[in-house]
Amino acid sequence: MFDRRDLLKGAGLAAMAATLNSTKALALDTATLPFANGERPLVKYPQKRPMIGLTSRPPQLETPFAVFNDGPITPNNAFFVRYHLAGLPYDLDPDKFTLEIKGKVDKPLKLSLKDIRKMKATEIVAVNQCSGNSRGFSEPRVAGGQLANGAMGNARWRGVPLKTVLDMAGVQAGAKQVVFAGMDGPVSDKTPDFAKALDLDHAIDGEVMLAYGMNGDDLPFLNGFPLRLVVPGYYGTYWVKHVNEITVIDNVFDGFWMKGAYRIPDTPNNSIEPGTTPKATIPINRFTIRSFITSVTDGAKLKAGRTTLRGIAFDSGKGIKDVQVSIDGGKTWTSAKLGKDLGNYSFREWKLPVKLAAGNVELKVRATSNSGETQPETPRWNPAGYLRNVVETTRVTVA
Amino acid sequence: MQRTVLLAATLAVVTVVGSALAAPVDYKTPDEVAAFKPGPNLEVVQGNCAACHSSDYIATQPPMKDKKAFWQAEVTKMIKVYGAPIDDADVGKIVDYLAATY
Repeated sequence: MFDRRDLLKGAGLAAMAATLNSTKALALDTATLPFANGERPLVKYPQKRPMIGLTSRPPQLETPFAVFNDGPITPNNAFFVRYHLAGLPYDLDPDKFTLEIKGKVDKPLKLSLKDIRKMKATEIVAVNQCSGNSRGFSEPRVAGGQLANGAMGNARWRGVPLKTVLDMAGVQAGAKQVVFAGMDGPVSDKTPDFAKALDLDHAIDGEVMLAYGMNGDDLPFLNGFPLRLVVPGYYGTYWVKHVNEITVIDNVFDGFWMKGAYRIPDTPNNSIEPGTTPKATIPINRFTIRSFITSVTDGAKLKAGRTTLRGIAFDSGKGIKDVQVSIDGGKTWTSAKLGKDLGNYSFREWKLPVKLAAGNVELKVRATSNSGETQPETPRWNPAGYLRNVVETTRVTVA
Repeated sequence: MQRTVLLAATLAVVTVVGSALAAPVDYKTPDEVAAFKPGPNLEVVQGNCAACHSSDYIATQPPMKDKKAFWQAEVTKMIKVYGAPIDDADVGKIVDYLAATY
């Protein structure tokens, strides 16, 4: 793609640009995430409100946590952004966009965006959460994108079931997996291009979707415009953005992003002794169950007396059965009132009126799903900092 | 599979090229303001690391006890896993800079 001199020249220009622009393009403000080295700029991108900037190339933006107290749907302009590779299709032409379906199919297809939008549409409200969400809280710390809890969001996705498109193409007998690739790619052709795979049964479950709409609008560019995969209940790594290539294969995909990255320990709870290396790993898959208090931030000063705590909970798709809250550091628990049910893959709001006595108070929240899954008291640990779902504690001072 | 070459992306940041190539989507990211901290072998680091990612990727990594081992592992990962074309002679310089500076 390019030679070494271009690399050096490009980097030099980038460095120069950084110097030249350092006075005119200052960050709007900063945010401090609650872990060591957690200072971040708040940055403004087109189609986005000020977001917590993790990296600028490729763009990675975290949602300020206060957004999650505004309602169960995360606005498009506040939805987190995560890319791996810096070759984004900044100049893509939606009129020329085509989705190719190929491989072990009877009738390979090339569909335009118009073709896809003409098909019968479905909608689903579903949480998308980055595998690395909350990695900054991993202890001991691990390398990778150092995110707090804002690399998640909940949206109403609109599109066509992947099954519809695969049925049109006619999946052949013996097919095992479906591989997805998007228009974004690496800057060096030595870097493995981003591609993910799902088992065929999963791909045709009717829920996995090719989405063009998000909360009543087109997808924002940085969230995968004009088409992305939606894999309800699964981590965001499978939600391939700018998806334009679907390949049905009759073996198990061995690309780097499945076989080398996004792996979790093959142990009960997918956890291992902190600081150690797993003996065997499997691809990351479904979300662990989580819940958060959104109405009160850690370190807040509250008035003694009655107040209502609010928050959200979600799991990988069984649905939230119960959310319990403790205002005494986990000694006693009370069930909260659950908010409107937007579907099993959605954030579920909860609220609970409480009476706070003066002193240092530890607020905790713990969700249980319809399958009985609940949150652990001690954090899981794995070398990539995935799957965090420990019972969260919010420490406040009441006076 | 469309691949945008780094140089083009970088030039778009530096100059106003976009308008001449008006395409239906012409998404413009803000200027890249993050810069590497001053330190030994800075030019080597800029020439290699910044080809694929901005410096904030490095600056936001957690403070580790054994900095040298941490950054050695990261540089090795960039070469072995992500195919970074880093000369053998530069590896030690980059690791030294990262361990001393971040």
